[in-house]
Amino acid sequence: MISARALEKRYGRKRALRPLDLDVASGSFLVVTGANGSGKTTLLRLLAGLAAPSRGTLEVAVDRGRLGYLGHEALVYRELTALENLDLYGRLYRVPERRERIGMLLERFGLWEARGERASALSRGMLQRLALCRALLHDPDLLVLDEPFTALDVQGAALLDHQLAELRGTRTVVVSTHEPERVQRLASARLALT
Amino acid sequence: MTFLADVATLARKDLRLELRARDTLPAMLLFVVSTLVVFRFALPEGADDVAAHGLLWVALVFTALLGLARAWAPEREGGALEGLVLAPTDRSAIWLGKSAAVFIFLCALDAVALPAFALFFAPVSLSTVAGVLLANVGICAIGTLLAAMAAASRTRELILPLLFLPLAIPLVVGGVGAGVSAEPARFLAFLGLYDGVFAILCWASFEYVVSE
Amino acid sequence: MSTSSLNRSGFGSPVPLLAVLASGLVGIALALVFFVAPEDADQGLSQKIFYFHVPIALTAYACFGWGAFKALLLLWRKEERYDLESYVAVHQGTIFGALTLATGSIWAKASWGHWWLWSENQLVLFLVLFLFYSAYFMLRFSIEEGPRRANISAVYALFGIALVPVSFLAIRLAENVIHPTVFTREGPQMTGTMFFTFCVAWVAISALAYALYRLELLGKRLDSNLRELREALSS
Repeated sequence: MISARALEKRYGRKRALRPLDLDVASGSFLVVTGANGSGKTTLLRLLAGLAAPSRGTLEVAVDRGRLGYLGHEALVYRELTALENLDLYGRLYRVPERRERIGMLLERFGLWEARGERASALSRGMLQRLALCRALLHDPDLLVLDEPFTALDVQGAALLDHQLAELRGTRTVVVSTHEPERVQRLASARLALT
Repeated sequence: MTFLADVATLARKDLRLELRARDTLPAMLLFVVSTLVVFRFALPEGADDVAAHGLLWVALVFTALLGLARAWAPEREGGALEGLVLAPTDRSAIWLGKSAAVFIFLCALDAVALPAFALFFAPVSLSTVAGVLLANVGICAIGTLLAAMAAASRTRELILPLLFLPLAIPLVVGGVGAGVSAEPARFLAFLGLYDGVFAILCWASFEYVVSE
Repeated sequence: MSTSSLNRSGFGSPVPLLAVLASGLVGIALALVFFVAPEDADQGLSQKIFYFHVPIALTAYACFGWGAFKALLLLWRKEERYDLESYVAVHQGTIFGALTLATGSIWAKASWGHWWLWSENQLVLFLVLFLFYSAYFMLRFSIEEGPRRANISAVYALFGIALVPVSFLAIRLAENVIHPTVFTREGPQMTGTMFFTFCVAWVAISALAYALYRLELLGKRLDSNLRELREALSS
């Protein structure tokens, strides 16, 4: 599913990711750990296609439409409601039976009541849940999640735990985290960045 | 065609956002009228139509700049631009959707600016209106792309006018000429040429403006 | 980038040879302009400015074109080195553009008694381009170094080249209606010697521009290599 050789990323003189070899088989659950500045976010952005490698090669076997990404920002429109945001992305990702799928996800992550609230009015935890809905909306084959537990409240974290357990084995998941213990039992592969 | 569907989705989103926030367009409308009044006082008595038309275009260009500075604000605030880049949408569709929305705002602007101009200065001919519409296409095409460039810059609001004005000079020539010349067709054709050249260039290069 | 740019930058570099060649040609051109080319019957000594003004203008266009070409290569091939090459070309183009404006202004003063002439299409075009490319540097230096900056600079450089013909048309149109021509200029009728001098001057200025281009590239690449070495040694 993912194959990288001597993958490196620099921004001008700053080196954001040291040369890296990586192989991720389809259906794996990869947990990426490392200190701040070790390049976790950069690696995940490269995998998601938000940045291009400076050197080396990276092959990701899915196209943009089958990839779901969760970053540090929610990537939503603050002045649109939760529902409107998901509807927008649903159209762009050409999600079949869009309304049903959105409703289902909103309920699964406890956002149904808040669906008419503007994103700017949501708490940080709810915003992160909305971002998760966005990432999962089109039922991606590859999920790339950058520190997804960070902004979540206790309830949200439990919901995410459950969702990840469900996806394990049937989808390829790459998760970066500060707290590896959370996802330890799900991991089928580990990568520690220095 | 999914490309056009995406363009429509994105343009609708921008219209909805503006309708809800109602901050940019009213400001532009007020700005253009105030500017025209300032020009009225700045022009000496007995100044001719040609000078007045020149000032009309100055007002239109600078008001457009005001609006363009906020064109990508919603995408910047929530990080949504990355969300759009992640989607399977063609990157040019992102540009075209935003440009289409800006075009509609510019037309709304003209609906106020041109009558105001006719009231304060001189009657507005059909060729002026045609010139304004053609120039709008050019303004929204390059303005949207340049605003995206400016968004990547540290000096955001400062740099957009610097990028926009040199490219706007031919538009001003075309527009004023269409209004005052005895042969407006040449100027209108020129505006069409400008629009064609730069719209194609923007369409082809927007991908690189938002990619890393 | 390391080894290939080392070859390009330090050893066996053509820059010293180019510099000597360019200086030589400029010297020859100067000699021809002031001692060999006949004086113009109407304009006298001030006409000699043309031997510099026009080649400088043409060279500026060439630099901008070269910059746009390298920009296109960057976007297509995605190799880092094209970014620096495009930037240096645009830089040289802007310098020669400023010189065009200066020499043009001097010529205008000498010929017509005015420091600026709106009827001179070339000058006006260069003014617009100068404004455009000045903004290039402001844009470039307000974005952090990296692929984003390289891509955006490249797109802007391409817009510049598209602006040249469009602006030229606009200025022609404006001249007819908005600013009717007051001064008519008869182009200098060039004799054989004049034409030869002109060509030599053109080649000389082009060689000078190319030498400066390679020199600046060399300087910047050496800087960057030095930085890389420092980083490698400290880590």
